[in-house]
Amino acid sequence: MMTDFFFKLRKASIPVTLTEFLTLLEALHQRVTAHSVEEFYYLARAALIKDERHYDRFDQVFASHFKGLETLFDGLVGANVPLEWLRKLAELTLSEEDQQLIESMGGWEKLMETFAQRMAEQEGRHQGGNKWIGTAGTSPYGAYGYNPEGIRIGQDQSRHRRAVKVWDRREFRNLDDTVELGTRNIKVALRRLRRFAREGAAEELDLDDTIRSTARNAGWLDLKMVPERHNAVKVLLFLDVGGSMDDHVRACEELFSAARSEFKHLEYFYFHNMVYEGLWKDNRRRHTEKIDTLTVLHTFTRDYKLILVGDATMSPYEITYPGGSVEHFNPEAGDVWMSRLLAAWPRAIWLNPQSSNRWSYIPSIQMVRELMSDRMYPLTLEGLEQGIRALQQLR
Amino acid sequence: MTEGRFHGTERYVATDDLMMAVNAAVTLGRPLLVKGEPGTGKTQLAEEVAFALNRPFIQWHIKSTVKAQQGLYEYDAVSRLRDSQLGEGRVHDISNYIVKGKLWEAFTADVQPVLLIDEIDKADIEFPNDLLLELDRMEFYVYETRQTVKAHHRPIIIITSNNEKELPDAFLRRCFFHYIRFPDKETMEQIVRVHYPDLKKRLLSEALEAFFEIREAPGLKKRPSTSELLDWIKLLVAEDIPPEALRGDQRKLIPPLYGALLKNEQDVHLFERLLFMSRRKKD
Ligand SMILES: Nc1ncnc2c1ncn2[C@@H]1O[C@H](COP(=O)(O)OP(=O)(O)O)[C@@H](O)[C@H]1O
Ligand SMILES: [Mg+2]
Repeated sequence: MMTDFFFKLRKASIPVTLTEFLTLLEALHQRVTAHSVEEFYYLARAALIKDERHYDRFDQVFASHFKGLETLFDGLVGANVPLEWLRKLAELTLSEEDQQLIESMGGWEKLMETFAQRMAEQEGRHQGGNKWIGTAGTSPYGAYGYNPEGIRIGQDQSRHRRAVKVWDRREFRNLDDTVELGTRNIKVALRRLRRFAREGAAEELDLDDTIRSTARNAGWLDLKMVPERHNAVKVLLFLDVGGSMDDHVRACEELFSAARSEFKHLEYFYFHNMVYEGLWKDNRRRHTEKIDTLTVLHTFTRDYKLILVGDATMSPYEITYPGGSVEHFNPEAGDVWMSRLLAAWPRAIWLNPQSSNRWSYIPSIQMVRELMSDRMYPLTLEGLEQGIRALQQLR
Repeated sequence: MTEGRFHGTERYVATDDLMMAVNAAVTLGRPLLVKGEPGTGKTQLAEEVAFALNRPFIQWHIKSTVKAQQGLYEYDAVSRLRDSQLGEGRVHDISNYIVKGKLWEAFTADVQPVLLIDEIDKADIEFPNDLLLELDRMEFYVYETRQTVKAHHRPIIIITSNNEKELPDAFLRRCFFHYIRFPDKETMEQIVRVHYPDLKKRLLSEALEAFFEIREAPGLKKRPSTSELLDWIKLLVAEDIPPEALRGDQRKLIPPLYGALLKNEQDVHLFERLLFMSRRKKD
């Protein structure tokens, strides 16, 4: 059951390793806790999860895996656990074959030892291939199929009817980096952007270190260099405003305006749905103060990286037909302008605040994605990171 | 089994999950990594663990220039160079120029100490990896004097991070981890209580109300944290501000003495604008 839990966590893309899993077993062994399922939950979380962004996913896996098993954790105070307890859990959730296998390996103690050894051998590889691990999860009793009434380990059956379980409260939902950017996770997003901004800086002389090393060298000059601190990356930001984007645009603006001081070269422009012949700098005066897209194309050099932020949710006409825009008459189609942009700034990505599992249902998103050669990323921390990585890799 | 366990102190409110993380780390002798926004009590936690478990407290505060080696020891080459120019006799014994670091201090303490490595994310990204070996083996070698420094007792190690940099995986795998979530109202009430046990109930509840309202204001550059709340309450008491003055419905303006909560001018403007807009909506 415990190994099953481990694999479910991995399946939920939480990077738990065997080292950490063993730490948990060891903690149970040393009786850090055995009092209640809450304590077990806290312990497991502290041992297995190393990033608060994974707390929410952990809660969900925990909830589904240990559903109905809460009584097992009650009334264990003072009993000879947890080894005993682990065995009990195993009896309930492992098939007879599994158990025989465990016995044939010399029982639980031996098993944990072997596990530790295997782990030391496999450190860094992280996948299965281990006999024990290989058989886990094949138990005929899933966490769901199990009937808590049948077992009487804990005495107090009513105790497991607590109000809302901690893990069911989903208190860490907004720390998960696969959810949209908002005020809460914006700081982290900003940090990623900063790291991006610092990329590619030249080296400069580190005077202190040079003096120190020279003294150490009994006076022979020993030059030391450090990366220069200021930023080399140039970014053009095109933001979609109006209509369906209103919900999201604040988060994006906030993010990038906060990042502004970090980038030596960051310019931004607004567009609506799709880029056409005109862009604007001040959204309140969008109808009066347009800038020719051509001018922008000629002003910013090829080494700028282009980031478009928009939900790409519109009528396909707005992409493919002259005059397709909802706001004005555009002599040339959106996709014509897009290909001009991409020719001018080949290092380009599109960040989309729409939830990515809806992308495939919206034709215009598919079309824009194709125009971008698939370089569209969700506007989440994870997406931002992937996007930045793509920008750095593109030559 | 309860002996030697951490349950918080009369000065420090520890939630159940935090206690568990501390006790697991102490029992298994692994470092505990604590993250959370500034002002959530990370630094104080380490002090309180030392106090509660009756251990000496050693604090190593990390700055951007700190190198892992400095935690072990430093060889003061410059002094030695100077002494040699002056013809000092002590120059011949290199051990005169070995300066012990915090890890050395912790390794050789008489009783098991609590070692706080504070704000590890301030250092270079290599810093945590550079300490791995010493933390695993609980020993290190001093080349200059050819001696091995071994830990007499495995120190209780608490490491804090404000999340400015990601920490390397190899390092994370060895730690227990706890993220201090920003306290909810009840927890915050307890925290304020341990600092100001005599605070009037009404003032406390109005102050908390106003505080959380400000914290929720969207778009603040620096949201006020526990330390700001504590400072603000201290001022409210000193100035004898009545609880009514903090009431949201009565308040036509930004709360009194808000300077303790909002420290940056843009945030003050933003908050004023938000208040203004919400009032207009109501009228
Ligand atoms: N759980 C708590 N119990 C008591 N005081 C707290 C708690 N959390 C924060 N504080 C108070 O808030 C202030 C900031 O705490 P500190 O440890 O410096 O935070 P951090 O190191 O996380 O920035 C201190 O005055 C501390 O006493
Ligand atoms: Mg601190």
